[in-house]
Amino acid sequence: MFSLRSVAKTYPNATIALDGITAEIAPGEFVALLGPSGCGKSTLLRLLAGLEEPSAGEIGWEHRPGPGDIGFVFQDATLLPWASAEENVYLPLRLRGHKHAEAAPLVAAALAQVGLAEFTKAKPRGLSGGMRMRVSIARALVSDPMLLLMDEPFAALDEFTRHRLQDDLHALWRRSGKTIVFVTHSIYEAAYLASRILVLSPRPGRIAAELRPNLPEGAHRRTSAAYTQLVAEITETFQRVMPGHE
Amino acid sequence: MSKSVERLAPYVFGLIALGAWQGLVWALDVPSYVLPGPIAIVQAYLDGHQVLNQALLSTLSVTFVALVAATAIGVALAVAMAASPLFRAAIQPWAVILQVTPIVAIAPFIIIWVNQPFLALVVCAVIMAFFPILSNTAAGLASTPPELRDLFRLNGATRWQTLTLLSLPAALPSFLTGLRVSGTLALVGAVVAEFVAGSGGFASGLAYRIIEASYRLEIPRMFAALVLLGLSGIVIYAALGWLEAALLRRRDGA
Repeated sequence: MFSLRSVAKTYPNATIALDGITAEIAPGEFVALLGPSGCGKSTLLRLLAGLEEPSAGEIGWEHRPGPGDIGFVFQDATLLPWASAEENVYLPLRLRGHKHAEAAPLVAAALAQVGLAEFTKAKPRGLSGGMRMRVSIARALVSDPMLLLMDEPFAALDEFTRHRLQDDLHALWRRSGKTIVFVTHSIYEAAYLASRILVLSPRPGRIAAELRPNLPEGAHRRTSAAYTQLVAEITETFQRVMPGHE
Repeated sequence: MSKSVERLAPYVFGLIALGAWQGLVWALDVPSYVLPGPIAIVQAYLDGHQVLNQALLSTLSVTFVALVAATAIGVALAVAMAASPLFRAAIQPWAVILQVTPIVAIAPFIIIWVNQPFLALVVCAVIMAFFPILSNTAAGLASTPPELRDLFRLNGATRWQTLTLLSLPAALPSFLTGLRVSGTLALVGAVVAEFVAGSGGFASGLAYRIIEASYRLEIPRMFAALVLLGLSGIVIYAALGWLEAALLRRRDGA
């Protein structure tokens, strides 16, 4: 789908956020960018979205994305507080000139996809944190993007809500076959969700290791021995590539 | 202490203060041309209520027109400043200078330059009132969450879409706070301008009635006009506060 060739990002204050990032991402992959704070994983996501330009190297696309081709889910739900769930999900289509009538079925489908078919008229204030994040995900999905970028979307949620959203995201990925790049600092989250894990080391951000998990599907995914083993493997990888880093 | 007692407290305090005032005026036999008691002030209002109400209406229309104009100017400048850093750099210091220069010092010039009396008062009140709207709206426009700006960019939003669908609605609470401050400032500006214009012949507002009454040593009438001004300020402040709460409740209500 796209390839990163020696991508680097240096900020004007001489902070090197990313250095020498090279990777090839195929369609349908669920890639977790895993690393501690300050390893540049969010920066990498912004480069992919085209919100920032790399200082060196290049990102090569199979099909260069236009408006609506990339769905972005931020760490906070970042909904318009004055707009209902429905209006929030309609927003990306509205910005690209779609009439409300033609967009309505797409909006309804996107909300149904995240389990919020009953809450279309609710404003953000009336929704729980998990539901707001679901609206945010529906907003990213409504354009049927070829690539979904997610920046620690579940980090601010409680453990139980987080597990449910992870389950649902995993199911959605399996169902839709979308390419997803997911930034997280949680080893457990990366292990559970990803088909491929890129471990980033900080200052400057570099790809320190790469894993391709293959966990069993189904209800026992989170409790399987393979999952526990994968978490241990990632933890060991961190200890190896980041000396002095717990 | 219960909430209802707390609510009543200012009224009770006001009544006690008024009673004490009236009591002292009676007890010490203070002449009404030095300090009239509340009863004399009410009497003065009832005696001259037609003129005073007319004056109140005149001052309030200056205030209202000025507030509408200040809102239009303040919001337009804030939007232009948010859209263009160059414009912001050029305008901001001058807006501050205009704001920190006492209106009393500027008013005589405006009354000379602007021939139409009503308009001259309005201009003074606008100068007094537009700054809180400008600075609050500008702050509100600048405080749009960067993630939402990114979202708009990702979807190829035009500047107009970003302004109307994101920045302006996001700035609404700050704007309303500014509007509330400006509402009372517009009244102050109108009164100051009337004072400066004085007996220039065109004045008919409450401030002019205060000056007129002072020349005639009608001190209770001066107080009556002052009370009307004070009440107008409170009503404007409360009305804009109510508008603020109602609009935000409607906007963000679940």
